[in-house]
Amino acid sequence: MIEALRRAAEQEMRRDPRVWVLGEDVARGGLFGQYRGFLEAFGPDRVVSTPISESTIMGAGLGAALVGTRPIIEMRIFDFVMCAMDELVNQIAKVRYMFGGQGRASVVVRMPHGMWRNSAAQHSQMLEAWFAHLPGVVVVAPSTPADAAGLLVASIRSDDPVLFFDPKDLFGETGEVPDEIEPLPFAMARRVRSGDAATVVTWSAAARDVARATESLGREGIETDVLDLRSIWPWDEEAVVASVARTRRLVVVHEAVEPAGFGAEVVARVVERLGPGGLRAVRRLGAPRVPVPFSPPLETAIRVTEQKIVAAIRDVVAA
Amino acid sequence: MTASRGNLDHALSLLRTMRRIRAFEEAALAGHKAGEIPGPLHVSIGQEAVAAGVCAALRRDDRITSNHRGHGHAIAKGAAPGPMMRELYGRAGGFCGGKGGSMHIADFSVGMLGANGVVAGGIPIAVGAAQGLRLLGSDAIVACFFGDGAVNRGPFLEGLNWAALWRLLVLFVCEDNAVAAFTRADAVTAGAGAVARAEAIGVPAASVDGNDALAVLDLAEAMVASIRRGEGPRLLHARTFRLLGHTSTDPAAWRDAAEVEAARAREPIARLEAWLAANGVDRGVLEAIAADAEAEMARARAEALAAPWPAPASAFADVQDVGAVPVPA
Repeated sequence: MIEALRRAAEQEMRRDPRVWVLGEDVARGGLFGQYRGFLEAFGPDRVVSTPISESTIMGAGLGAALVGTRPIIEMRIFDFVMCAMDELVNQIAKVRYMFGGQGRASVVVRMPHGMWRNSAAQHSQMLEAWFAHLPGVVVVAPSTPADAAGLLVASIRSDDPVLFFDPKDLFGETGEVPDEIEPLPFAMARRVRSGDAATVVTWSAAARDVARATESLGREGIETDVLDLRSIWPWDEEAVVASVARTRRLVVVHEAVEPAGFGAEVVARVVERLGPGGLRAVRRLGAPRVPVPFSPPLETAIRVTEQKIVAAIRDVVAA
Repeated sequence: MTASRGNLDHALSLLRTMRRIRAFEEAALAGHKAGEIPGPLHVSIGQEAVAAGVCAALRRDDRITSNHRGHGHAIAKGAAPGPMMRELYGRAGGFCGGKGGSMHIADFSVGMLGANGVVAGGIPIAVGAAQGLRLLGSDAIVACFFGDGAVNRGPFLEGLNWAALWRLLVLFVCEDNAVAAFTRADAVTAGAGAVARAEAIGVPAASVDGNDALAVLDLAEAMVASIRRGEGPRLLHARTFRLLGHTSTDPAAWRDAAEVEAARAREPIARLEAWLAANGVDRGVLEAIAADAEAEMARARAEALAAPWPAPASAFADVQDVGAVPVPA
């Protein structure tokens, strides 16, 4: 996946000279190699390794967008965006609105997120729901190399600010990516598998575990309808509602903490659309409301695993 | 200062700008008091020489970022008072369509990239704008206005370091009105202040009497010339005084009355008028400048009051293209 992401950004920087990237260590290829070779290809004015100054990485990206460039703002890992929340929440998300449409924050904020190799509480968070709650931004959370590449191209071309959640734990995933990467529309869920037993909605790293869990259930004859949302604002409400209208059973799985996670929004909208009698069973599955611990057995204890997903789906199918 | 014809013209031009800022804010305060303007105003009465002097040193295509006390910066950069006043009134035809109000005045057509409701919020935006302008091949500079309170926020350190690293075309303007909201700035600021902090980062800085418009203009012109020659960012520290409260509803009764009175005696408009009169400008000319400004802003107020409210549906516009919520029927 990391090569797919690298190629997507490279393609767009070749296509549009107004696109540039700023963030810590990006001229060295970035923390994950997602900008490898960019300095040589595009030079130091467009591949800017910055100080560890998150407020100004974010705010400078906005300022540069307001005068007509299209920055990719690299946050290194998601958790560091907390040092730039004023610039993101008070400025980027609102500038177009507050100024009556005079300025556009056409930026992509890349935030590699999620649990990753025992990195503990400040390097493993999944708080994408915060940003779905924030008017003014698009929130993208892909799970496959092709989706990540296509959505990154769409994000860079978007005039709206896009918060792009790179799934750290899936960077090693492999898959086919075309030579010429086409932009993938936002709010278009990917059907991972088809079935009638229940609808399973997921995104980002949890999608990998859901795919494994539903595959093993499929071997038992429990065929589920699995939708990877790929973007959570906007999200493909129509596809989810249509599927649940058919299966009448819904499981939403995400790596983030379960209470007030985006799964709550998915369930609420489905119930609003189909009515309280429209579902026979519903279940959210996320992490318990605790920080992410360091030690492997502790991390495993709170992780949404394949086994937990299988159990949740079985419960809902049996209800 | 000796009075050549040239600097008499400059001084008259500065006076016009300062009078227009003063008249705008006095009209807005009257509108607020009359219940015509919803929400509080942060006015800069007594600080007009900083906005006027700095913006007079800028080109039209130079940009500025501003703070919550930004009416003067916008007017000095060339923003029209009509749409500005309508914005304060929350009416259709305001610069931001009534979505921003006093604290979010912006006029991109004159390079005014926005006031800001967060102290130091404009600093990262200014350095990024300068970086973007360089990428686009422009030699336009960005002047970044902030108050003495902002020097205690992290983005001040980050932004100065950033601008110095890339020798960006940024003029940092610390408008030191001696008070951060309801607290004296010197009670909450350690060390020698903005100039010393800038110099420690390698940004050349100088202080000026911010109530002396000609002195502000001189220093700003010298700094802008250095910046445009590629010598790196500069910080201009203007000492001034906020004559009124933090907001239009704050009487600032806690302040030492004698200190405020002494500051009133140093206020910039009367000083510039006295200098012009001493250099042979007829008092009638000065009075006409004041009267013109007051008439212009009285018109802006009357037009704002008569302007229609924005259509409620416009509350749903300009959020985002993708994922926007529908306008309710």
